[in-house]
Amino acid sequence: MQQTALTQWHSTHGGKMVDFAGWSMPVQYDSIMAEHAAVRNQAGLFDVSHMGRLRFASKAAESLLERLATRKVAGTPIGKIRYSLMCNEQGGILDDVLIYRMQELDGGDKYWMVVNASNREKILQWLQRHDPRNEAGLEDRTHSTAMIAVQGPLAVPKIQELLKFDVAGMGYYSGQFVEFRGFPLLVSRTGYTGEDGVELIAPNEHAVALWELVLAEGANAGFRPAGLGARDTLRLEAAMPLYGHELSEEINPAHADLGFAINLKDREFVGRDAILAAQKVSGSRRRVGLELEGRRPARENCPVVVGGQEVGMVTSGTFAPTLQKPIAMAYLDPAYAEVGRSVEVDIRGKLHQATVVKLPFYSRS
Amino acid sequence: MKAEDLKYLESHEWVAVGTSGGQQVATIGISAFAVEQLGDIVHIELPGIGDSVTAGEEFGEVESVKAVSSLYSPVTGQVLEVHAGLVDDLSVLSDDPYERGWLLKVKVDSLSDRLLDFAAYKQQCDSH
Repeated sequence: MQQTALTQWHSTHGGKMVDFAGWSMPVQYDSIMAEHAAVRNQAGLFDVSHMGRLRFASKAAESLLERLATRKVAGTPIGKIRYSLMCNEQGGILDDVLIYRMQELDGGDKYWMVVNASNREKILQWLQRHDPRNEAGLEDRTHSTAMIAVQGPLAVPKIQELLKFDVAGMGYYSGQFVEFRGFPLLVSRTGYTGEDGVELIAPNEHAVALWELVLAEGANAGFRPAGLGARDTLRLEAAMPLYGHELSEEINPAHADLGFAINLKDREFVGRDAILAAQKVSGSRRRVGLELEGRRPARENCPVVVGGQEVGMVTSGTFAPTLQKPIAMAYLDPAYAEVGRSVEVDIRGKLHQATVVKLPFYSRS
Repeated sequence: MKAEDLKYLESHEWVAVGTSGGQQVATIGISAFAVEQLGDIVHIELPGIGDSVTAGEEFGEVESVKAVSSLYSPVTGQVLEVHAGLVDDLSVLSDDPYERGWLLKVKVDSLSDRLLDFAAYKQQCDSH
């Protein structure tokens, strides 16, 4: 199994380690509920180094990414980060990614991309196929860097104190390289929890020191390490899709309720025709939110039923710690997908009442 | 009841067999170790009174925040009582798993032949 620069730290600090996409990662330290609450109320630290970090050394990256991303890449201002999908020719989603245009410490203007751990190899091959001579200067930095997400309402003020620069002044989905204790640190105002916060990318050899510095800075403010379990309940409450659940090669972006990540106008990119065609066809299942009655959570692959007929399928579900009720994301036939509609969810043979609700389930005030 | 006096399945259910009204009655629960491993328990699904359970087969499930786990019966028989208030106060599962955290009382037809005593069960947990 692959180890991040922090794997050793997690296992010596009570992390329950699991195999996640081939990486040894902490699923939790003590309680998922407590870690979840810390992120909603103070802040939590997540090791997200398993995610793929790709750097493009050459200017040609812009046209390569413009040809492959559903979101407009050309003309991204320096310092901005964009959430995008990548599709195959059939419109199947290969991955959801963040594309960064950053000024590095030597002044160089470079694209970076963060991809899902489970899709890294596939995306590397996809990029190679579309740029066989590597004119974009792609380098995989996954194994030489670490990535730490600090998420929660106290994350930005505390990170600002630690780094001594205006993190609060950075816009959401902005990023910047800073020199911190002699090494280059990429600080971005991004995350996957529905809370404000930052993600930090640092060279591996500085990862443990950085992690401990952030924990120490937040020690009196209730900061705590959090695992993949809380990361999943947090992203679910925020209705953020997870690849392999809400997104896959079998799903067309037109049905994923991610319109903001698709720019069709005056662009050519792989999958564009298939997305346009899918938009014209009515009747395809689309992503919705469900709230269930009672306390029993629906899980992936539970059928959604109306009058005995299957009308959809749950893609992720949990008991929502902040909302204290079971929530799920599902793909539903459009006839049953309007907000307020009553449906039933078949949880291992037993039907449970549920209602289609507006997404996200939770948004910070 | 004391943990030392109970019998266990490898899958972490405990059972105490007593006599009531001339018949063998089994009280069934889940071990402190299992509750600790499951983490934040949010729901428990149990059979109804009068339902049959079969030794070694699934009789219900525990939902924690992260996953669902099946519960297996240590006995074959008919359900006499279900711990009705449990779903509203799951904290008794961790606070008092061997007394107030019981799940079912079952009229026993037969016991599983795979029951472990406390020492054997503890050894299994320690080797995790």
